[in-house]
Amino acid sequence: MKKQYERPVISQLNTGVMNKFGTKTEFTPTSHIDDNAVKDLLKEYGSPLFVMSERTIRSTYKQAVRAFKTRYPKVQFAWSYKTNYINAVCNVFHQEGSWGEVVSRFEYEKALNNGVPGNKIIFNGPDKTDDDLITAIKNESPIHIDHLDELYRLNELSEELNIRPQVAIRVNMDTGVYPMWDRFGFNYENGQAWDAINKIMLADKMDLRGLHCHIGTFMLAPSAYGIAAGKMSDLAIGIKQKYNKDIQYIDMGGGFATKNTLKGSYLPGADICPSFDDYAEVISTAILNAGFKENELPLLILETGRAMVDDAGSLLGTVISNKRLSDGRRATILDFGVNVLFTAFWYDHKISPAQDFSHYTENTVLYGPLCMNIDVVRENITLPPMKRDDQVVVHRVGAYNITQSMQFISLRPAIVMIDMEGKAHIIKQRENRETIEMNEVLPEYLKAFKL
Amino acid sequence: MRIKKNIAISESGFIFNPAVGDSYSTNPIGTEIIKMLKESKSVAEINSYILNTYQVEASSFEKDLYDFVKMLEKYKLTETDGQEA
Repeated sequence: MKKQYERPVISQLNTGVMNKFGTKTEFTPTSHIDDNAVKDLLKEYGSPLFVMSERTIRSTYKQAVRAFKTRYPKVQFAWSYKTNYINAVCNVFHQEGSWGEVVSRFEYEKALNNGVPGNKIIFNGPDKTDDDLITAIKNESPIHIDHLDELYRLNELSEELNIRPQVAIRVNMDTGVYPMWDRFGFNYENGQAWDAINKIMLADKMDLRGLHCHIGTFMLAPSAYGIAAGKMSDLAIGIKQKYNKDIQYIDMGGGFATKNTLKGSYLPGADICPSFDDYAEVISTAILNAGFKENELPLLILETGRAMVDDAGSLLGTVISNKRLSDGRRATILDFGVNVLFTAFWYDHKISPAQDFSHYTENTVLYGPLCMNIDVVRENITLPPMKRDDQVVVHRVGAYNITQSMQFISLRPAIVMIDMEGKAHIIKQRENRETIEMNEVLPEYLKAFKL
Repeated sequence: MRIKKNIAISESGFIFNPAVGDSYSTNPIGTEIIKMLKESKSVAEINSYILNTYQVEASSFEKDLYDFVKMLEKYKLTETDGQEA
């Protein structure tokens, strides 16, 4: 019986010196996801492959709901379609009780097709056409107004249709964090928000049901949400005082961080990511202490996407080759690239081998398969020696990768969901040439050529 | 090409170059290869030993050995006929 082979490696030992590759982080292989062997999944569905864990989605959702509902009496989550709009994923959230939150007509129609009632689809975003607005008005969907042009247009449409649109305004504000997201909605500090509220209330053509904000993304400082919730409550109480109108809901948007490690972060994401309880504590405290009467507390809506689904997604892939770069660094080429792993531009993703390995490691650069210099999955990582056909698992890729992936050079992989019993279901087929060329039109005169 | 005479390597794969004070770590198969190179074994002999001992294909080991030897040269652990490689 021959011995198990491991590629010979040698590395220089540097004591007391900082190493940009970091220390070894992988001590055990990720050979299974929710009881399914990585090698079996890749054999059956091909490599690379996205895998969504229904178990993780539901348990994460329950954690978030528990964190908020134990602190505030009226809470509603709305699933952020842009974070991951694969229907199977959306419907897990809807089964758990989430409304839909969309930022385009395409997403709006997906939510309707999934069976979400129109009045439970929150329509956000700066780009809503007349047709989008009319559809949303007729469906009684909460329309979150982004700018004055939209506000004026809604007033006109309200008259034309003789229906009162259900609206909220999006408010942006200084919460003490940089960058301040002031491109969406109306500013709190300079009076734009009050200007919009006055225009809606005095025109009396729409029902101002709520106030919406979304202060940023990957917010590592929960305190910013406390400031935002305080300012939103201040507006709601001001509306009650000025117009004797109860604001039905305050929508705090999303932006909660996950355990992924941002590029340039000194500490690993798992060490600095606030919990749902941290966010829930500051938000609910700010609203509860703002001065609402008990029976006038607004519904608290949360549209958090990333923190709900990031942990549930994994990307499985295969090693294509190893090579040595001119400066002596090891490089490993994988069969998935930044076209399907967009978050590789923001995160130092945790990547684990899927098979047993020894305790020897090598400093490595991980490249994708694209013939494009920017296709770098990890600039520096310390991994055990891997050889062609070895398999890897990229962790925490459930948010934004599937919705932002593109068919650049190589096509999008299949997506599998593993259900609560550990059974794998295909939820999106691998793309092929026909998928991509479906909408192409080749003029007759260009069909023939001679070489 | 062989490993310099003054290079020390332990059973656990710890390598020390007393000329400059640098130290290195290698895995068990790397230890075996370095020891064979120290004993002036030829590439063919090393190939034959590894292929008979480990579950690896010849083509796969050939490129791994080439890469390993290049790293030994980069770390200046080798010499050719008394000259530094």
